Amino acid sequence: MLKTFPKGGVHPPENKITFNKQIKRMSLPKAVYVPISQHIGIPSEIVVEVKEKVEKGQVIAKSGGYVSSNIHSPVAGVVTKLDKIIDTSGYKKQCIVIRTDLKDESNLEEKEYLLKKEITSPPHEILQRITDYGIVGLGGATFPSHVKLNIKEGKKIDYLILNGVECEPYLTADHRLMLEKAEEIIVGIKILKYALNIDKAIIGIENNKTDAIDRLKRLTKEEKGIQVAALQVKYPQGSEKQLVKALIKREVPKNGLPLDVGVIVHNVGTIFAIYQAIQHNIPLTERVVTVTGKKLENPSNFWVKIGTPISDLINEVGGLPEGTRKILNGGPMMGKAIKNTDVPVTKGTSGIVIIHEEEASRGEPQNCIRCGECVSVCPMGLEPHLLMNLTEKGMYEKAAYEDILTCIECGSCSYVCPSNRPLLDYIRFGKSIVKKLETAKN
Amino acid sequence: MNNPKIIVSASPHVHSDRTSKKIMYDVVFALIPAFLISLYVFGIGAFVLTLVAVISCLLFEYLIQKYILKTNVTIGDGSALITGILLAFNLPSSLPLWMVVVGSFVAIGIAKLSFGGLGYNIFNPALIGRVFLLVSFPVQMTMWPTAFENNTTIVDAISGATPLGAIKEGLMFGETMTQISSKLPSNTDMLLGFTGGSLGEMSAIALILGGLFLIIRKVITWHIPVIMLATIGIMTGIFWIVDPEQYATPLLHLLSGGAILGAFFMATDLVTSPVTKKGMVVFAIGIGIITGVIRLFGSYPEGVSFAILIMNAFVPLINTYFKPRRFGAKIKSKIV
Ligand code: SF4
Ligand code: SF4
Repeated sequence: MLKTFPKGGVHPPENKITFNKQIKRMSLPKAVYVPISQHIGIPSEIVVEVKEKVEKGQVIAKSGGYVSSNIHSPVAGVVTKLDKIIDTSGYKKQCIVIRTDLKDESNLEEKEYLLKKEITSPPHEILQRITDYGIVGLGGATFPSHVKLNIKEGKKIDYLILNGVECEPYLTADHRLMLEKAEEIIVGIKILKYALNIDKAIIGIENNKTDAIDRLKRLTKEEKGIQVAALQVKYPQGSEKQLVKALIKREVPKNGLPLDVGVIVHNVGTIFAIYQAIQHNIPLTERVVTVTGKKLENPSNFWVKIGTPISDLINEVGGLPEGTRKILNGGPMMGKAIKNTDVPVTKGTSGIVIIHEEEASRGEPQNCIRCGECVSVCPMGLEPHLLMNLTEKGMYEKAAYEDILTCIECGSCSYVCPSNRPLLDYIRFGKSIVKKLETAKN
Repeated sequence: MNNPKIIVSASPHVHSDRTSKKIMYDVVFALIPAFLISLYVFGIGAFVLTLVAVISCLLFEYLIQKYILKTNVTIGDGSALITGILLAFNLPSSLPLWMVVVGSFVAIGIAKLSFGGLGYNIFNPALIGRVFLLVSFPVQMTMWPTAFENNTTIVDAISGATPLGAIKEGLMFGETMTQISSKLPSNTDMLLGFTGGSLGEMSAIALILGGLFLIIRKVITWHIPVIMLATIGIMTGIFWIVDPEQYATPLLHLLSGGAILGAFFMATDLVTSPVTKKGMVVFAIGIGIITGVIRLFGSYPEGVSFAILIMNAFVPLINTYFKPRRFGAKIKSKIV
């Protein structure tokens, strides 16, 4: 029996169209639009001026707080504008626009770095560089990595968990990365284990990526303290709490973090970024993005410079097909629908999914038939139909009492409801009100 | 680029292909084997009665929604169709048709729409219809045509007895079980459905087949039917072991009086049963116990309908008390 989390979950059609497409390098964009807010926490402070010449990898915005992160120039070129443009959130956000110097050698030639296995940096330097090099969680949440790694005195972490689950349908960025950069990822794991003095590491991968599982297993056969675990395919296994439960049966307390049960969870993409930062002094300025959709001419996986407009990515795969209804930043379960393709790729963009009208149609919401499906698929043990009801009626106190804030917004309930009830829409709204009420109280 | 056809809505952006309508029609489908058996046993009368029940249920739903409530007409969703069939299944095939129409009105108009329509009703509409008829027309509702005797014509009323009715009556006149059982149909006949009784409670095999279909299609789970039948079996079994001359065998209890129909098709009604598995278990045990009490000690031979309706009333309470365990609740951090 493959491991998995015990309660709830759904299994949407996987549609991993790009699973065997090798990661290609996107051609250099003419200009990059780098948002200064690519992490949760306060936006970074811009440290460049218009007309200033910047080097690739140079810091262009400095971390503005503890839960914030540095931002580096993805290309060599000239800052042409400091402007507000709409980002993937749908709101106008401050961006640094850099015109790419297409002649600059460092842009043109993409060095393939030789694998560097030996770890020479001491722990404090490793942690410092993770802070300095702008590394945030690449799974989508963009939580600054250095915060996760800052373990308070007296706490002991005994497990490092690597999230290679990639349970969202369509997305294959992590899958390809694990396959193509397996050795680097393993070195990255060792770096973190060494820096934080953690004995055991487990890479959790869903069983629909058997090639990646096999490859990593082969490479770690001789390694003590690194284990590869195949997981049953079930959404939302990539959620931290579900993953920790699935792999080592520990349950993260309500309102708690994996840290509370002695675990640190990192996405495999993040581990690769850490490898590059520590072993090759490369800050985080590019990432793997899956650009996919059933009707696309040439769905692919790309290495993309942060700040590249999504329209460039779509052009690269043959343009938007006829009948496109939705453009998603992220996967279909948790991704955000965006209005237009002018928005740039950020550190949190794992995929662009183009949804065709056939797939986009949602039926009209009907009365709840109290079938209990939403309750049985909720991985957090909530009662979505009840939470929606309470929100609809404005009974926020009761909704708070029924643990509405515990919802991880995985969307399993909305996905499965046979009456097409927009459960998560209401729950999200209810959560925001409950949060406001709670801050007002404190 | 700004394309007017691009939709911006919140996640999730895909949906499973399950719909309420599909679920409802799965139930209708699952009822077909039992319907065919009732045609075989009771003939044309069963057909006409079911047709009248279904048409009047649909018609009442249509008329009330359109002209009285002035809301969307939802007769296409399959729920009124199911109510019609289930109501018919709970009636004797000889019931005067106008009474069937009255029962349909009570089921749809009162038990369902006055509560707010599909999803808001607390009680199973078909059972409310049935119980209303039973209370209003006790004579007609307990006159059972005997199997095969009159299956070629539509008849008003022929008296026969259901096995459970025969037992109750026999015991009242001081007969022992041994004497009574000589008058009862064999277990095989009951299993196949060749006995007296209401339309749809006839064939255990056909009903179980339909029920299994629903379980396979994930419309219902095994919890309610299995636990409810087990409770009835255990309860009646205990009394039978203690005094087999006074009490019928548990098998007889399970095979007659609508126990199986109720277990698979009435108690499992999504709208009126609990949402969590834990809740379902409590609900099913409750129905089993109440059924047992009515049958063993009450003056009424059956009891499944009443038991389900009584437990329906407790569902809101059950849903409040038997919640799923929240992830991470009451877990202390390991490392502080
Ligand atoms: S899945 Fe939909 S219809 Fe079923 S109980 Fe939940 S909200 Fe109601
Ligand atoms: S209530 Fe929240 S956690 Fe539960 S299924 Fe719905 S979105 Fe997921």
